[in-house]
Amino acid sequence: MIDVKHIYKTFYVPHEVKALVDVSNTIEAGEVVVVIGPSGSGKSTFLRCLNRLETADHGQIMVDGVDIFDPKTNINTVRAEMGMVFQSFNLYPHLTVQGNVTLAQKLVRKRHKKEREEKTRMLLEKVGISAKAKAWPSNLSGGQQQRVAIARALAMDPKIMLFDEPTSALDPEMIGEVLEVMKTLAKEGMTMVCVTHEMGFAREVGDRVIFMDEGMIVEQGTPEHFFKNPIHDRTKLFLKQIL
Amino acid sequence: MNPGRQKISSVGLFCKVRYMEQKLSNIKRLSNPIAYFLSVIGFLVLLFMVIGAVYYATVAVDYQWRWFKVPKYFMYKSTITLYAEGYGEIDSIVDNREKKDITVTLEDAGTRTYSVPEGSFDWIEGDMVSPGDILASYEGGWRPGILAKGLWVTLKISFLATIFGILLGIIGGVARVSDTPVLKWSAITYVEVIRGSPLLVQIMIFYFVLGTTMNKILLMNGIPKLDPQWYGIMALSIFTGAYVVEIVRAGIEAIHPGQVEAARSSGMTYFQCMFHIILPQALKTILPPLAGQFINLIKDSSLLGLISIRELTKATREGITTSLQTFELWILCAILYLLMTFTLSMCVQYLERRTATK
Repeated sequence: MIDVKHIYKTFYVPHEVKALVDVSNTIEAGEVVVVIGPSGSGKSTFLRCLNRLETADHGQIMVDGVDIFDPKTNINTVRAEMGMVFQSFNLYPHLTVQGNVTLAQKLVRKRHKKEREEKTRMLLEKVGISAKAKAWPSNLSGGQQQRVAIARALAMDPKIMLFDEPTSALDPEMIGEVLEVMKTLAKEGMTMVCVTHEMGFAREVGDRVIFMDEGMIVEQGTPEHFFKNPIHDRTKLFLKQIL
Repeated sequence: MNPGRQKISSVGLFCKVRYMEQKLSNIKRLSNPIAYFLSVIGFLVLLFMVIGAVYYATVAVDYQWRWFKVPKYFMYKSTITLYAEGYGEIDSIVDNREKKDITVTLEDAGTRTYSVPEGSFDWIEGDMVSPGDILASYEGGWRPGILAKGLWVTLKISFLATIFGILLGIIGGVARVSDTPVLKWSAITYVEVIRGSPLLVQIMIFYFVLGTTMNKILLMNGIPKLDPQWYGIMALSIFTGAYVVEIVRAGIEAIHPGQVEAARSSGMTYFQCMFHIILPQALKTILPPLAGQFINLIKDSSLLGLISIRELTKATREGITTSLQTFELWILCAILYLLMTFTLSMCVQYLERRTATK
């Protein structure tokens, strides 16, 4: 479904950092891929390249057979098929919860009023927040905001969901409610790429774990293999530090 | 908007204000109530001293205050006087409801009939009239005075220039932050050129350079020339627009980049993101500087008197040349400007409070 071929990315501001060095990977439909690694390892950059929020310096990414770095590609149609959830939620503060979930349905999917309202109602119920439909984002807790953000991404009926450290900005007692929603999604067969520090989540629902360090994919495999018998020393060290 | 939310938000606002007051009072406070009271008295004393000093100074130079003559510059009762246009004779005076119809036959202009109120003339049938004779003289109702007209022109010009200024500012601001050189560089050039020369000079250029050429071109094509007011409005809105561009740009750049990423990653185009996500949020933060800009606009409109637009300042000057009530009229003029700017800033504060609750 997503084919990443030899991508490179270097940041020059504020100083030169090689964020991605020759990264290649293939993500199949229905797969739940969990990307882990120390901070600054390039895992967020990798995720953001998948929907061209960052442009790679070299290399190619094919999404459903479409080369997303090709200037002729209409990136908006590709992005509409890929939902994204951010660490800092990024809800639109000038719109209500309902407005947040509805807006892109109206502008991008051109759904009729009835259809998008029905969809919004259904999704808010799914993430367990229908009581807050008329509330403003600033009046919600972090966990609630992140669940709204997930509903907002799902409203586009995406084929792939990208999660960029969705629980890192949350208070510990709110992480569970967000992970619950993500687990439900995984069980429903959604293709997911998650950058996260939640090892429990990786072990429970991940089909494949990718470990990145210094812009490279160091090791990958099934969670059983990855957590029990890591091969590389760098992986062993990382797992020792966090577990 | 549902009433429940508004209620909660106004309570929230009240708490916020109280909190801010407490925070400020922790920095610096007059804890002693007597000291606070004395300080208020001190302010009032100062105020009256200034007013008193001004009054004393005018008495010292023997200025005759005649405020009672001022109202006629706002509203006055007009007198209508009808003159005979030639030699002739009053043919008939006939009742016409509450009025009288006077029919006059003039030697070289034929018969004329005037409908005038009773008691406004002193003729009987058969009287002879000569050119310049007053046929009738009566009150013609209330008319707006020169200051009222000037005030209206100032309001109209400021309002239109504000609308065009906002439009220019938003278009320019969006162009200013775009990556396309033609848009970005045009916006930068516009801002730098307009901000770099005095408004007075720009008004002159608009009227005497642009106005002259445009009016000539219009006349050549058989279109009547534009009123000077329109050149004034153009100059003011283009001048204000340049400042609004920078304000809008600052507002857009203050939006968290995550907002753009969230919008774009859901497949919105650049312009959808701009008009549905960025601008609505930016407009909220730029309201205070925007208000300051439009207050300046109202005051700057006083320069338009130089291109023969009779706005408030020019009207005041004309009023003074006929009445010599220099002090009253200039003070009044200043108060009228103050009223306009103060109303505007009150409206903006109300808007700010409305939007701050979200």
